[in-house]
Amino acid sequence: MRHIISLLMENESGALSRVAGLFSARGYNIESLTVAPTEDPTLSRMTIVTSGSDEVIEQIIKQLNKLIDVVKVLDLNDGKFIERELMLVKVKATGAFREEMKRMCDIFRGRIIDVADGSFTIELTGSGTKLDAFIESLDKAAILETVRTGASGIGRGDRILKV
Amino acid sequence: MEQSSKQLTGAEILIRCLHEEKVKFVFGYPGGAVLNIYDAIFQQNKFKHVLVRHEQAAIHAADAYSRSTGEVGVALVTSGPGATNAVTGIATAYMDSVPLVIISGQVPTYAIGEDAFQECDTVGITRPCVKHNFLVKDVKDIAATMKKAFYVAASGRPGPVLVDIPKDVTAHLGLFEYPNTVQLRSYNPVTKGHLGQIKKALKLLTEAKRPMVYSGGGVVLGDASAHLIKLIQSLGLPITSTLMGLGGYPSTDKQFLGMLGMHGTYEANMAMQECDVLLAVGARFDDRVIGNTEHFLSRPRTIIHIDIDPSSISKRVKIDVPIVGDVKSVLSDMNEIIATEKPAQNTAALKDWFQQIEQWRSKNCLSYAQSTEFIKPQYVIQKLYEVTKGDAYITSDVGQHQMWAAQYYPFDKPRRWINSGGLGTMGVGLPYAMGVQLAHPEAQVACITGEASIQMCIQELSTCKQFHLPIKVITLNNRYMGMVRQWQEFFYGNRYSESYMEALPDFVKLAEAYGHVGIRVENPADVEDALKEAFSPKLKERLVFMDFMTDQKENVFPMIPNGKGLSEMILAEDL
Ligand SMILES: Cc1ncc(C[n+]2csc(CCOP(=O)(O)OP(=O)(O)O)c2C)c(N)n1
Repeated sequence: MRHIISLLMENESGALSRVAGLFSARGYNIESLTVAPTEDPTLSRMTIVTSGSDEVIEQIIKQLNKLIDVVKVLDLNDGKFIERELMLVKVKATGAFREEMKRMCDIFRGRIIDVADGSFTIELTGSGTKLDAFIESLDKAAILETVRTGASGIGRGDRILKV
Repeated sequence: MEQSSKQLTGAEILIRCLHEEKVKFVFGYPGGAVLNIYDAIFQQNKFKHVLVRHEQAAIHAADAYSRSTGEVGVALVTSGPGATNAVTGIATAYMDSVPLVIISGQVPTYAIGEDAFQECDTVGITRPCVKHNFLVKDVKDIAATMKKAFYVAASGRPGPVLVDIPKDVTAHLGLFEYPNTVQLRSYNPVTKGHLGQIKKALKLLTEAKRPMVYSGGGVVLGDASAHLIKLIQSLGLPITSTLMGLGGYPSTDKQFLGMLGMHGTYEANMAMQECDVLLAVGARFDDRVIGNTEHFLSRPRTIIHIDIDPSSISKRVKIDVPIVGDVKSVLSDMNEIIATEKPAQNTAALKDWFQQIEQWRSKNCLSYAQSTEFIKPQYVIQKLYEVTKGDAYITSDVGQHQMWAAQYYPFDKPRRWINSGGLGTMGVGLPYAMGVQLAHPEAQVACITGEASIQMCIQELSTCKQFHLPIKVITLNNRYMGMVRQWQEFFYGNRYSESYMEALPDFVKLAEAYGHVGIRVENPADVEDALKEAFSPKLKERLVFMDFMTDQKENVFPMIPNGKGLSEMILAEDL
C-alpha cells in the first residue's frame, strides 16, 4: 500500500543522504521525497511517499527512527491527512490548442502563470491522483514539459507533527 | 564542565577529549591529515598509542579491546587510503554492534571537494556501516562532537561512530570545554521494558509445555549474563545461544544445549523448532541462525523477543510479545517478579520436554572419528580447552576453524569468545587477539585461525613483536579454504574452484622472521605436548605461532544446508 511518511530531522548537511541511503540500502521504494527547512531553522521537514506491505512500512518507520538525525516520524496514513503536490506543465498553445488548454486549466482549477507565443505554463496543485488525471486528460502531443514537486502532507485537525 | 583557560589547538583539544573519556589505548596509523594529532599524541602519556601495520587491523584491535572489556574502542586513521582501509573493520564492528569511536583525518576544509591529495568522502563512504558519523568543520565543535560520539557509540544498541576532522581544524586554536552531559533531542534509547509485556512474557514462559530460550550477542554486549543465568536457573529452562552469544550462559551447564544455527547442535536446533514458547534475548533471528524462515514458521510457537533495538523486532520473524529495552534491565525485572510472585510452572510438561531434549542430545552430534594418522581439527580445539583449562580468551577468524572453535571450546564466561559473526570477516583473528591481549595482559589469549584467514592480516605479527604480545596463534592448516571447500563438496560436485591454498609460506620460518616462536605439528600424538609447550611458563612472554597440519577433508557438522530448515540438519553419522 502507498504510505506518506512525514519526518522532522536535524537540518544538517548529511541528514538527507542518510535517509536516501537507508531507502536504497534496504531496498525500500521511494515514489517521491521532498524536503525543506521548517519555521525552526534547525529542523527540516521531509515527506516521503513509499509503498510496501504492512511489515515493510513498519520496518521503514523503525529504521527511520533509528537514524540519529531523525527527530520524529509520522506515518500520515495512520490517521486523517491532507496531501498536496504542485505541478508545472508547459503545454503547446497554438491554434486550437490555445482555447483547449485554457478550458482544461479551468476545469482542473489550475492557473496559467506564463504565456508565450506558442506555449502556456500551467500551475496546478492537488493530490497526486488529481495531477495524474490532469496529465491524462491532455493530448500527449500538447505536453512540452512537466515538473512535479512530489507530495507534501499534513495531518488533519489536531494531528500535529512538532518537536 | 572541564575547561581550559588557555587556547589549545584542535589536536590538543581532541587529545584532551580522549583523556576525559579515560581512553587507555588508541589503535592507529599516521598520515598527512592527522600529523597535528600525532604531534599532540607525542606530547601526552595518558593513553598508549598502538601502531598497527594496516588500518584495518587498527579497527579490529580496537573492536576486540571493546568486546573483551565493554569499554569503547578507539582508533585513529588518516584521510583517503587510511579511511578506506578502515572500512572493513568498521563494517565488521557495525554488524556485531560494537561501540567504537574512529577518528579519521580529512583534507583541510578549504580543499574539501577539490579532489585534493588523499581526499575521499569518508563520511559518505562509511555512512551505511556506522551508527552515526560526523564531519567537524570548526575547532569549537570538536569537544561537543567527541562527547556525542562516545555517548552514541556506547548507548542504546551500541555501534561504531566515526568523527572526520579536517587537518586545518586540528591546527586552529580554541578553548577546551568538555561537556558533562549530552542531550540529543533525536536520540533517546529506551532502557526500561514495558512491565505489562514483561508479565505477559513470564506467564507464557511459566505456562509453556515446551519452553525454550535463545540468547544472542545482546546479552554479552549488555552485560546481562548474570541476570540471564538467574532467570534460566530459577525457571529451569533449556537454553541455546547464537555464535555471538556464546559465554552469555555457561556452556558447560546441563541446561545449555549448545550453539544453534547452521552449525549448531542437533538438540539446540530441534528444540528451537519444536518448542511452544520461545524467548529470544538480544538476538535477531539471523538467517544463519533460524535457517529457512518459512520452515521455521511452519511450526506454531509463541515468540517473545527482548531487544534494545525496536527495528530488530519483527524484522524477519513476526513477534507475539515484543519487549523493547535493555536486556539487563528487562531480565532483572523478570527476576524480581519471579522472586516475589513465585509463579507456578508446568513442571510435569517441563520434565517430559527435558526428556525429549536428552534424547536429542544422546545423538552426540559433535562426536567425530578420531584418527592416529591425521590431526583432527576438533581434537586440537579440545586439547586447547584442556591445556588452557577453559579459561582463555579465544579469538577466531572465519571458516571451519571458527565453527570448530565455537563447538569444541565451551565458554563459561561472557566476553571470552571474540569473532566476527555478522560480517564474517577473514583476517580479524590476529588483530582481535592484539586488542584482547592489550586489555588483559596477564590472560591467556589464543587466536584460532586457518592458513587462509591468517594471511589476511599477517603483517600484524610485527605489531605483536613491538608490543610484546604473547598471543598463541593456533592455525588449523588444512591447505584449503576449508569452509569454501566444504560447500563445494556438498553443493558443487566436488569442484574445488580456487579454494586450494597453493604456495603457502613456511609459517614457522615466517613467525621466526618476525621474531616469534614457530611450532609445526604434523602428528596427532604431538598435539597435546606442543600445546603444553606453547602455554608453558618458558614461552609465557612469547608469541607462539602453531601450525597444525590438519585433516584436509574434515567437514563441520551438523550442517543445515542453505535454504533448509532447522530440523533438516546433515549429521556426520548420515554420511
Ligand atoms: C574477507 C573475506 N573474504 C572471503 C570470505 C569467504 N570465506 C569464508 S570462509 C573462507 C575460507 C577460510 O579459509 P581458512 O581461513 O583456511 O579457514 P578454514 O575454513 O579452512 O578453517 C572464505 C574464503 C570471507 N569470509 N571473508
